[in-house]
Amino acid sequence: MSTTRRELLTVALTAAGAAVTPDLVHAVELGLDHDHQAIPSDPTLRVKALESLLVAKGIVNRANLDALVDTYEHKVGPRNGARVVAHAWVDQAYKQRLLAHSTSAIAELGYGGAEGGVMLVVENTAHVHNLVVCTLCSCYPWPVLGLPPVWYKSAAYRSRSVIDPRGVLREFGLKLADDVTVRVWDSTAQVRYLVLPERPRGTENMSESDLAALVTRDAMVGVAKVTVAQEGAHA
Amino acid sequence: MNGIHDMGGMQNMGPVRPEKNEPVFHAEWERRVFALDMAVDETNRYEIELIPPADYLRMSYYEKWLTSLIETLKKAGLATSAEIESGKAVGGIVPGRHIYSVADALALIVPPPETKAPIAAAPRFHAGERVRARNINPVGHTRLPRYLRAKLGTIERTWEVESLWDRDTEGRPVDNTPQPVYSVRFDARELWGEQANPRDSVYVDMWEAYLEPS
Repeated sequence: MSTTRRELLTVALTAAGAAVTPDLVHAVELGLDHDHQAIPSDPTLRVKALESLLVAKGIVNRANLDALVDTYEHKVGPRNGARVVAHAWVDQAYKQRLLAHSTSAIAELGYGGAEGGVMLVVENTAHVHNLVVCTLCSCYPWPVLGLPPVWYKSAAYRSRSVIDPRGVLREFGLKLADDVTVRVWDSTAQVRYLVLPERPRGTENMSESDLAALVTRDAMVGVAKVTVAQEGAHA
Repeated sequence: MNGIHDMGGMQNMGPVRPEKNEPVFHAEWERRVFALDMAVDETNRYEIELIPPADYLRMSYYEKWLTSLIETLKKAGLATSAEIESGKAVGGIVPGRHIYSVADALALIVPPPETKAPIAAAPRFHAGERVRARNINPVGHTRLPRYLRAKLGTIERTWEVESLWDRDTEGRPVDNTPQPVYSVRFDARELWGEQANPRDSVYVDMWEAYLEPS
């Protein structure tokens, strides 16, 4: 276990251009390299102090911070994207608008804004599978999916999605046939991506709202398919 | 900067570990860091990229945001290290600051009215054209990932113009002129060789400054 961790650190330090010495790796393992960055020892206390300071200085206002948290914890999330997907499944004309002019079609349902100013919806079919990543940071379509989950921001996902997308998908339990085309979308500029998953078989008689309940966040990032057995997107 | 944040194509980072029924935030302090960072509205990505690589790998996402927020406040002269440690303001209020309002927070999730795209020079490249990503290695902030540099791709479409997001080491824009951004497709085999499935590709949005004719 410690060997693996040590190897990981060595790889990371080498990639970053650091001269890797056994001492450096050891220091990093022990957490001794903290002196040159302000790293919170106790985030709870550090953040409370910081908030008090910024309120006292008139830089922020507590009620407005509460509004920001409420907005992104409760007012946006994958339910928005699921409604877009379900509407596209039942309305062919909307689906065409969604694929051709994604931003304005999403705005028709009332969704848009920060981290969604330019959207592209990409369609999964029996022959094409799309996967979304941000290798440089954590770009994600906030208005339709909310804030990204931890795994989307993890080193494992960001590093490997572009070089081994099929391997990453297998870890999510999705095995793709070799003759399926995989398109990986690395979000590096102003465009944000939403995957339009395939509508599962056996849903022909379902209502739009029941269809929306099937659509998961993972399917809209492209790491899963929508199935009838699923419970729906996590909040 | 060729930093640890530029992760595309690295290996040995372990398996992806999704959390079942993951909450939006995992602790109250994460909520506050998210809101503070949004409200201060001066942070730039480069501050996160400057976190030493070993720390970057160990820290959680919002620990990185907190570190970057603190560095930003200090560099912008909005707060001193002593004030941040104590939580007590020494220099009094900051005059003339725009304070983020509740209305600002709600406006974040509303589609903006349609606006005309700014007019810029005609795009240099067109759909179907072969292009090569420039081999640049700036020490400031760039949105051109390492794994694409000097690789051949094909223009898929042209997006609206956008100012280059690149910054120098002082955080100043490298070039403020709006320029076309292109969706460029790279064959997986061009990027990764024979081990890649020949059907696969990676699509990346690239400013015109990142591209040259093939």
